[in-house]
Order: sequence, then structure tokens, then C-alpha cells
Amino acid sequence: MRTPRDPQILQAIRYSQAMQRARAVQLTRRGFLGATGVGATALALAACAPAEKKELTPAKDVSASEKTLTWDNWPAYMDEDDAGDYPTLMGFENESGITVTYNVAVDDNNSYYAKVKDQLALGQSIGADTVCLTDWMVARLVRNGYLQELDHANIPNIANLSDSFANPDFDKGRNLSLPWQGGFAGICWNKEKVPGGLKSVDDLWAADLKGRVGVLSEMRDTMGLIMLNQGTDITGEWGDDEFANAMDAFTEQVENGQIRNIKGNAYLNDLQSEDTYAAICWSGDITSLNAQAGDKWEFAIPDAGGTLWNDTFVVPMGATHKANAEAVMNYYYEPEVAAELAAWVNYVTPVNGAKEAMDAIDPELAANQLIFPDEETLSTVHVFRTLTPQEENDYQAQFQKVLLGS
Amino acid sequence: MAFTAFASTPAVEQAPKKRSFIALVLLLPGILYLVLFFLTPLISLVITSFQQPVLDGDIGEYQAGFNWQNYVDSVGEYWPLILRAFGFALVATVLALVISYPIAYVIGVKARRWPLLQSLLLTLVIAPFFISFLLRTLAWKQIMSDEGPIVQALKAVAILPSDGHLTGTTFSVIFGLTYNFIPFMTLPLYATLERLDLRYIEAGADLYASPFTVFRKVTIPLSMPGIVSGTLLTFIPAAGDYINASRDFLGSSSTAMVGNAIEANFLVLQNYPAAASLSIVLMAVILVIVGVYVRRSGTEDLV
Repeated sequence: MRTPRDPQILQAIRYSQAMQRARAVQLTRRGFLGATGVGATALALAACAPAEKKELTPAKDVSASEKTLTWDNWPAYMDEDDAGDYPTLMGFENESGITVTYNVAVDDNNSYYAKVKDQLALGQSIGADTVCLTDWMVARLVRNGYLQELDHANIPNIANLSDSFANPDFDKGRNLSLPWQGGFAGICWNKEKVPGGLKSVDDLWAADLKGRVGVLSEMRDTMGLIMLNQGTDITGEWGDDEFANAMDAFTEQVENGQIRNIKGNAYLNDLQSEDTYAAICWSGDITSLNAQAGDKWEFAIPDAGGTLWNDTFVVPMGATHKANAEAVMNYYYEPEVAAELAAWVNYVTPVNGAKEAMDAIDPELAANQLIFPDEETLSTVHVFRTLTPQEENDYQAQFQKVLLGS
Repeated sequence: MAFTAFASTPAVEQAPKKRSFIALVLLLPGILYLVLFFLTPLISLVITSFQQPVLDGDIGEYQAGFNWQNYVDSVGEYWPLILRAFGFALVATVLALVISYPIAYVIGVKARRWPLLQSLLLTLVIAPFFISFLLRTLAWKQIMSDEGPIVQALKAVAILPSDGHLTGTTFSVIFGLTYNFIPFMTLPLYATLERLDLRYIEAGADLYASPFTVFRKVTIPLSMPGIVSGTLLTFIPAAGDYINASRDFLGSSSTAMVGNAIEANFLVLQNYPAAASLSIVLMAVILVIVGVYVRRSGTEDLV
């Protein structure tokens, strides 16, 4: 830098520079002290966090005095009329006098869990008295003791629970959870673009579908179908080797560009925009998509079998309206109500007698195997066995690695 | 430099020597805000990044520790995504600058005589903000879909091979980043160019400089503050963006950026230490890049 010749100017510059430096030092010192203080506070707070898990106890039930219920559920999982109201839910409100706040708040098991896990662990309210999550997530909540026991005396209609849902490995006898709706993961295709149809997962890897196949970001469904295709019994005893084999097949199809995209609920947009012609998908969605955008798609359970899952009511420890939640469960286990709901959402109902009730409303729907599967259909679908936490960590990490291309 | 210092000397001498109590009180809300919403989360992030898994614990269970290995692991695993994030952000920033500069120049300089036109054009730049950027990005996904008009046209003129597509490619992600951040580039550029003293340009022309030389030697240096703040406002959020590259929007599994890795680790894998350490690495790298950039572009007065 050029130095100014005029000594007066020079002095002025030096003075201002010194002032600036002095100020900078002051600010830094103050900032440092502040930062240290906050750091200490944060550390203290972190130290207060519960290090050890303690037994959680149910929150006090105030259902008798407060006739309200908050219920978190997945999108498109409740019958809706043209005005956007929920007819069956309004029926419940009129019958019971309980005001229900129904939130479409669950878009993904993992991200919902990530949102409420701290409250769950502390036994605090998660903002909902009951929520419907998928069975494998419910298994995790059961394992950690986050759920209140259901009083079967308040749910007499539990007698209508279908046998195939009555005794899952994580909750024998359904003392902590009750199925809401179930469904299958299978394969679907665009009838105009794939006139021959598809029979197995192998057909998805056909050369003329390159770059036109979508699969689900729900690990258990995508990997489950691939494992079934490889002859693994996903319900039974299988381990790292079987999973690794399926992972190899999956990785290959992602890397060679056969699989275009891996998505959650948004896979329906790709089918509709015809970015994908075929996909691994959920049974009820295809019926809704056909109703919405022209009868173009078909769903099938692959020859080697499909997966069966169900979304399940639970009441977390922090919920204060358990009896009201039980009342709503009981209501949806009335066969007539279950039939009305199933006619709209097109998923498998766990309620016995709903099929007979549906015969009266719409005999064609009553014969629909995707809503009222018979023994034969049920024998082709399988439940992905419950994973241990270590397996879950490991498998999810492998699966995400492919999804992120890392 | 010398002149600036000379001009400001009297002001320095008049500045109160005693620390003013009022000034501290006035600063209090700002300091509180920073402590609450910046410092506390930052410290908690640092603590999280060193946590270690609980032995035989459930998913997402971690305890306090000093597990610096988290950094090695997450960078080792995701370094291609980190590189890709900065590569994409750099390209998007350059593209946004090239596209925005003429827009800002027209609005700030050429349209000066017609204030109505100027405000109309400015409104057009800001107008996209009226709609959620998630919706706009989804709309682009729809426009670029395989059966959409763009892909069909490109295929018809054989620019795209018959089995080619746009969504889920590097092109669509960079396109999305550029598109979404153009207003952040245009507005600071406009703010500087709007105050550009046209007499300098006239002087340059009077001294027989060609229009290009005037632009290079006069206009660009004078608009440097706008360029620097515009590129910073674009580059920093673009490097951490996870929407455009998300598989649900314009990306696919071959275009994931570090933001997507952080999201997946936080929300799906519940591997909070990995997500936290990646966030800190991202912050640190941005800090270094920006620091070097601001120093080299010589606009210390800006920050």
C-alpha cells in the first residue's frame, strides 16, 4: 500500500486504526465471555438429559371430563365427502359426543418418529392421543415401553378382529395396539405402456422398462419383494446373507439405471406423469389412482409373493384421552363402519363381518381381493419379520447408502 | 483509502469514550436473539456430533462422549456428496450470476428513466416468491417429465437420445438450484447497479475506452459489492440445499447432495452424530470458502 506523505494524514490514519483495533479487541473479549457462558449453560443442560431409561407410567386419563380426542393419521386414510368432511368420523362424533381433531400428520414412519421421539422417551404428550403407525414401528414403540395398555373392556368390538391380525410377534393378544388398515406391497404397471402385464419382480428388470421403473423408499417393501423373489421366506428365520443377496440385486438395478427413482408416497406422481411405467407399489393406491386419473394401471401380487403390513392404532404413555381413543377404535370395529371406510380407502380391513356388510353396499367391492382378501390371497402375502435394533440400524444404513448413491 | 480515513477522523474523535449503558440495553435483544437461536443450537450441534451410540441401545439412542471418529466416518462415507454439493452450488452460482446481471442491469440502469417500468420489472423478479418454492420446484418436475413438452421436443430434434430423460439428472438439479436462487442474485445486483453513477461510464467512454473495456474496468468493479453479496446469498444456501436434489423433486439417487445425506441421517437413520458432524463439516467448508472469497474479491467493507 502507498503511504501518504502528509504527516497529519498519517497520524489520522494511525489513530483511526488504533481505535478500530481497540474496539475489535473489546468486542472479542465480550463475545468470548458470552460464548463461554452459553457453552457452560448448554453443557449443563445436556448433562441434565436423562442418561438412564426409567419405567414410564401412563398419564392420567381425563376422558370422562374432557370429551375430546386428537388423532394423527396418514393421508387419504379416511373416507371423505365432496365437502371435505369425514362422514364416518362425523358419525362417531354424533354417537359419542366426543370431538375429534383428526390430523393428517404422518407422512413417513421414520420422520414422524424423529419428530416425537423425545416426548415419547420422557412419557410426555406427543400432541396426539392416538396415532396409526406401521407395524414395524409399533414394534419399536412396544419394545421401548412407550405405549399404554388398551382396556379390552372398552373395546367390545375387538371380537371382530380378524385372526390373521390378532397375534403379531411384537404384541401377542393385541394388548397395546390395534390394526387400523392393512395392505400389500406388490407390483403395478401402466396398461397402455406395458400391455403384456407383469408377473414377477424379475419382469421389472426387463430391458424395455429400463429407466422406467420406480420402487418404494420403504425398505421393508422394496427389499421384502426382492427377497421373496430370491426365494427367502421374509417372515421366517433369515439373516445378513439373505439381506446382502437382495441388496446386491437392488444395487445393481439402481446403478445400471433400470430403477428410475426410489420414493415414498410421491411414486404415484411418477406413475401419473409416465416417468415410470411400472413400480413396486401399495395395493390401495392403484385403485385410488385409477379412480382419479383414468383406468390405466393394474396391481398384482408377484408370483413369488408380496408383503403384508398394517397401520396400527397406538396410545402413547403421555396421552390423556385413552378411553376416548378406545371408543373410536371400538367404533371403527363395527362391521358397517369398517365397510364404509374400506369402500373409500381401498385397503385391507382387519374387521370380520365388514365383507358381509360390504355385500349390502357394493357387491363388486366385496369381491375385491385387495380389500377383502380370501385365504388364498392371504397365503401369497407375507409379513417382514421384526428386526432387532442392530439389524435395523445396519440394514437401513445399507439401504440409504444406495438411495443416496454414496 | 487515505481519503476515507481522513474524512472519518472527526467522527472518530467525537465518538463517546465512555461505554454507554443505553447502547448496551439497545443491543440486548439482538444479543439475546443470537444466543438463543444461533449460539445455543450451534453448541448443541457440536455436542451431538461427538456423541456415541449406547451399547445395545435402540435406534437413535446416543450418549454424550468424545467420539471424534464420527467426523472421519461421515466424511469418509459422504465425501462424494460433499464435493458434488459444492460443485453444483458453484455451477448454479455462476449461471445465476450470468443470467441475473443483465436483468439487474436493465432494471437498475436502463429502466431508470421509467420508474413505473422499473417497479414492474422488479415485481416480476420477486413475483415467484409469492408461491411456495416447493410448489414451483414440483411444477418444474412436471414440466420436465418424460411425457412433457420439453423432453418430447428435445427428443424430436435428437438433442436427447430416445431413452433419455431430464428429471433426476445433474442437469435438472442444477437447473432447479439456479432457478430457485436467481432472485437472491438479482436483488443485491440491482441494489448496487441502481446507484451506479453513469458519469463514470461517460468518463470512461470520453477516455476512448471501448464499451467492453468500460464494462470490465468501470461497471464491474463498481458493482462488486452486489456481485459479492449476490454470490454469497446464492452459493451458501445452494451448497446446503436438499430440496432440489431430493428424490421427490428434481434429483435421483445419482444426484444426492450433502444436504440429502444430512436429512437421511437425521430423519431416517436417526444417526444424529453423523448428521451433526456432516452439518459442521459443511459449515466449516463454507466458512473457509467464503472467507477466502471475500478476502480475494477485496470488498472488506462489505462484511
